[in-house]
Amino acid sequence: MAESGEQNATSVIVEKLRGWNAKAVSEVIEFHGETTVVVPRELLRATAEYCRSQLQFDFLSDATSLDRFPVEPRFELSYHLVSIPQRLKIRLRTRVSGSDPKVDSMVPVWPGAGWLEREIFDLMGIRFEGHPDLRRILLPADWEGHPLRRDYPTEGFRDVPSTYIPAFKKQ
Amino acid sequence: MTTVETATGPARTMVLNMGPQHPSTHGVLRVGLELDGETVVKADPDLGYLHTGIEKSCQDKTYSQAITLTDRMDYLNPLGNNLVYCLAVEKLLGLDVPKRAQYIRVMMVELQRISSHLVWLGTHAIDMGAMSVFLYCFREREEILKIFERFAGQRMMTSYIRIGGVAVEPPAGWREMIGKFLKMLPSRVDEYEALLTENRIWQARLKGVGKIKLEDAIAYSMSGPTLRAAGLAYDNRKAFPYSSYEEFDFDVPIRTDSDCYGRYLLRVAEIRESLKIVKQAMDKITDSGAIKTEAPGIVPPQREKMKTEMEALIYHFKIFTEGFSPPPGDAYVAIESPRGELGCYIASDGSPKPLRCHFRSPSFINLQALPRLIEGQLIADVIACIGTIDIVLGDVDR
Repeated sequence: MAESGEQNATSVIVEKLRGWNAKAVSEVIEFHGETTVVVPRELLRATAEYCRSQLQFDFLSDATSLDRFPVEPRFELSYHLVSIPQRLKIRLRTRVSGSDPKVDSMVPVWPGAGWLEREIFDLMGIRFEGHPDLRRILLPADWEGHPLRRDYPTEGFRDVPSTYIPAFKKQ
Repeated sequence: MTTVETATGPARTMVLNMGPQHPSTHGVLRVGLELDGETVVKADPDLGYLHTGIEKSCQDKTYSQAITLTDRMDYLNPLGNNLVYCLAVEKLLGLDVPKRAQYIRVMMVELQRISSHLVWLGTHAIDMGAMSVFLYCFREREEILKIFERFAGQRMMTSYIRIGGVAVEPPAGWREMIGKFLKMLPSRVDEYEALLTENRIWQARLKGVGKIKLEDAIAYSMSGPTLRAAGLAYDNRKAFPYSSYEEFDFDVPIRTDSDCYGRYLLRVAEIRESLKIVKQAMDKITDSGAIKTEAPGIVPPQREKMKTEMEALIYHFKIFTEGFSPPPGDAYVAIESPRGELGCYIASDGSPKPLRCHFRSPSFINLQALPRLIEGQLIADVIACIGTIDIVLGDVDR
């Protein structure tokens, strides 16, 4: 019961987003009661700003990324938003190609995105335009490569004879 | 050294490196501090000393194998980590868990919360110079670890919560064991409070230190006791109930002072609330019933069945060799860990290994606001602030 009520509430949110800018909602994915709004990369920050200021999504709960290598666009960036007053959750997603992995930073919208985006930059190698302090956060500053990418072997490069596995060869 | 403008005119600053081996950083956190005398002008936390690439390792393991990795993230809350991971996988699979298993999970996770808060209280007291409280807290925590050992065979890295339920039936005599603990703890918590709450040194070190405004706390995505001490009753157990938390009667304590002292009082109040939940869970857990859901091919079959049924043996073999494949899609689940919102995001591409497994660790995100808490404060307050944010470096670095 609660689930269906939540579903209605999120569909209202999606309708409001469509009403604000029809181009901002390129796809809506419903899976296990979670609503994902796929937003074009150029409109991501504007959509986030609208969600925060007009739709009361005041809390950025999480930001994460995944790599679908070798499918293009290979990266998927997800921002999990929570509206504390409405008790609602929604996910904004954008797809980023491997040839030009950059998006606008969310730090101007939610300052809490700072370290989350640094983590994504560090481990996945997506650049955030307008991030005030985009440095590696978990790995040493001189680390080469981005370990969470699918073409980065779990054991690292050192022990893998790259001649055996051409796909794993370092660029 | 650089020159900065201060209220009393230009001053030369000094850069001091705190950590990564400093005992008050509770692990290996390094903070680069720029100091003007004893006042912090700028702070830059430097992390990653404990980074073990757990998220990457999860992608190379089957869904059930990765449970043991989750134990090792936040080592004061292994059961919570197991729970959030299993909830996420269960959501992907659309799996229902028997009520009895849900209540056992709640009971274990709440005991874990008490033990985590006890470790926090003890280590924070020792940072502030109160040695005896540390010994008392660890004495009580030992009792909880004994309970975990009886339940799971392990004191810390329990891996007790599994996909579809819990690992094994509660041990014989568990009610007496936990009952004894529940009877003992409230008076012991009163003892800690008698030692600390009115203590003048304790108050002088914590009151008015490390304040953060509620708007800032929300903007910085802070969660858990740090957010609730700023005056917002936001708790995932109430806001987005999981594992049947909606059936339990408990309060979410809040404070409005938003300083280190408020966070201390809040955590003590949370210990008392958790005791209430454990008590209710004990009443709800029946003496017999399923502890795992029936899901052939996902949840390992019972040992007895494997001796008599061929299918059970085949499923057992398949689960432990190739694993199971959830449908393509992704799921995000958030629970309330002792430190705040612990989230798990799992994406599946239909293969037996996760495409992506990400953990939203509360310590990592709460730590982000540390410079905001300590800039302009004294260097001794840095320790109080790191302490009351309650970070676990295993959780920060993963």
